[in-house]
Order: sequence, then C-alpha cells, then structure tokens
Amino acid sequence: MNGIHDMGGMHGFGWVEPEPGEPVFHARWEARVFGISLLAGLRMGGNIDERRHGLERLDPVTYLRHGYYGRWLARLEENLEECGVLRPGELGARLRGGQTAAAPLPALPPPSRSARHPFLRSVERPPAFRVGDRVKTRNHQPAGHTRLAGYTRTRRGVVVRVHPACVFPDTNAHGRGEEPQPVYAVRFEGSELWGESAEPKSCVYFDCFEHYLELDREA
Amino acid sequence: MSGDQRESDPRDLALRVEALEALLQEKGFLDSTQVDAIVRHYEEDVGPLNGAKVVARAWTDPAYKTRLLADGTAAIAELGFGGPQGEYMVVLENTPTVHNVIVCTLCSCYPWPVLGLPPTWYKSPAYRSRIVREPRTVLREMGLELRPEVEVRVWDSSSEVRYFVLPERPAGTERLSEEELRQLVTRDAMIGVGAVRAGEASRG
Repeated sequence: MNGIHDMGGMHGFGWVEPEPGEPVFHARWEARVFGISLLAGLRMGGNIDERRHGLERLDPVTYLRHGYYGRWLARLEENLEECGVLRPGELGARLRGGQTAAAPLPALPPPSRSARHPFLRSVERPPAFRVGDRVKTRNHQPAGHTRLAGYTRTRRGVVVRVHPACVFPDTNAHGRGEEPQPVYAVRFEGSELWGESAEPKSCVYFDCFEHYLELDREA
Repeated sequence: MSGDQRESDPRDLALRVEALEALLQEKGFLDSTQVDAIVRHYEEDVGPLNGAKVVARAWTDPAYKTRLLADGTAAIAELGFGGPQGEYMVVLENTPTVHNVIVCTLCSCYPWPVLGLPPTWYKSPAYRSRIVREPRTVLREMGLELRPEVEVRVWDSSSEVRYFVLPERPAGTERLSEEELRQLVTRDAMIGVGAVRAGEASRG
C-alpha cells in the first residue's frame, strides 16, 4: 500500500540524530510493549507479514506520533481488539478508573507447532532469473501489503544475488497463501533511482520477490 | 483504538501500557514474568558484542571469514548466535573500494541476534528516508567521510534476509588478540555508518 511507512527517498524528515550511550529502551513502557507484543504474537497466531501490515494500516499521525514503540502499542491494541482479547472501550474504561472485571478471553488458536522454517521454503521450479540478468521492477502497487518500495518501482537493475525461495509477503499478509518464490538482491544505480540528484558512486541493493520483476528487454 | 484517542503525554503512555498489561494478566492472556524475561534477554544477553565476536573472529581466522561470507547464518551459529530476525543472514564485506551500509526503509528490520535491538536513529524517518537517496551526505553527517573513489552500496532489507557489515580491520592492529579486537568493533561499524578505528574502545 502507498502509505506513510514507505519512506525511502522522501524529503522533509530532518536530521539523523544519534544518541551517545543510548539505552535499549528509553522508558519502561517501551520495554513492556516490546515484550507483550512478542508474547501476544505467539498467543494470537498470525504471521510476521500480517503484523507488518498492521503497522502500515495505522493512520499516518498514529504511525509517526510516538515513534517505533508508539506504533507497536497502537498495533497491539488493534490486534487485541480484532481477536476479541480486548473488548472495545475496555482499556479506556480501566484508564478512567473503572473497576469492572476484565472481560473473559475468547477462544484463541492453538499454538503453532510448525517445525518448518519461518520463511524459507523449497520450490520445484528453478529461479526465473540468474545473477547478471538485467531486470525491471513491475509497476506493482497493491492496496494491501507489499515489500516493493515505491522508490524501486518501474526501475532497471541487475541481479547480484539469488536467495532461496521465501514466503511471499503480499499474499501471506492477507491469508491468501504462502506462494513461496525466489528472492533476488537487485542492484539499482543511484542515477536510475534519483535522476540528477543522485550522489556519485552510489547504489541501492534491494531484495525483490520474483513476482516484482520482469526481464529488462530494452537492456 | 483510533488515532484521535491517543494520549499525548509520555506519562499517559506509561499509564496506558501499565493498565493494558494488568488487564491482559487478569484475563490470563499473559504472565508478566514472561514479559520480564523477554525484556531482560534483549537488555542483557543480546547486543552488538555478539556481532563484535563474529567480526573479530573473521579478522583473525581466514577460514572462518570464508565460511562467514559463504553462509552467514551457519558461521554466526558456530559462535552460538541465531534466532528471531537472524534466521537467514548475509554478511557484507567492506573493502578499500566498497562501503556497505544497511537500512530498512519499509519498517526497521535489523539483525537482532548479532546487533541487538536497533537504536532510535536507525528506526527514524530521517534515516529511513535519506540513506538510500543521499548516503554520502548522511554518512558524512554521522562522522564517516568516504573517499570519492569508494563506491557506497546501501542494502535495503526488504525481504527476510538480514544483512550486516564486516568492517575493514584498521591498520596498526596486527598485534592485537581476537579479544582485544572485539573491543574495537562498534555497532555503527557493523551497520555501516562508522569505521573501526585502532585505539577506539567505545561501543557507540
């Protein structure tokens, strides 16, 4: 989806500000949101692609307002409500001092016992592209989840590495199956991505699922 | 929860999360001691020291370096590191003519088992938006001036492959032990926004 999360190449976000001696978490609430989110992911089922899409579906203000763990918190609350673990308004009532007992838990999916790798899959079909192939990214802009960033769409590059077949996020995030396929590290020259504003001797290596690519027949 | 109901005061966020955790505990959805254990793991057991061990081993053991560059996941597992966000690792070697740097423009993917959880700047819109477009400028602002003849390669972690950088071993460290070399390797050098310097012992 063309959302606020797709930041590569955007202007206007200011300076990168490193913080010397930065702690792992800046506040207790950040640490708790991190830990609760990992546990909740195990309890509620779902996959990493659905969870990433959960961040992308936040409205842009919520996405940006409280930083990384702020958006994790917003997603956690959304997920808990979607699964029925939290009733609508239940947390708000508690915050206003309500002493109502916590609503009971709904039935949750049994814990996944899959022994498979989290994302690597073996496929029969050989990879469609080889190292050195000149490729072009498709003008692929689904309304749902995708890992083809806006700045890499319809760009020409060269395959530099063929990774093993992986679960396809675009379908896996929406319950449409894993559609495993090879992933290619593709080299895009700076000038191809940024035109005249590109810096000299700079390039981006971007991992492209096979579905995102076609052979560049004009090369 | 919709955006307009969000609290704006950090103290409100703290109260909100406290209430949320209490509710989830009362429901029997989670056990707070499990949350404690996860937090402690990422605060104490996982961090850039793990990656520094990998780098120092690669600098002192050529056979290990060969294995590391051929199959990062397996070579990193030899030293006991692996797990979430490190299930398929590729190591990128910096050379006198090629400088690698990593980012995740779409979220904030990062190789947790070797570097720990990412610093705030790595997750910031400024870094995610700018490093792909103007890497030399961003690196210069962060204190790393690349010579004009050096090619900069920005690796955008858009799949589940997790990259990290094998920095160049600095000159003048030939007599240092593997243990001493570890102390020189910084997190920033393994992201690719810094270089390892002889005599540096901070872990920025």
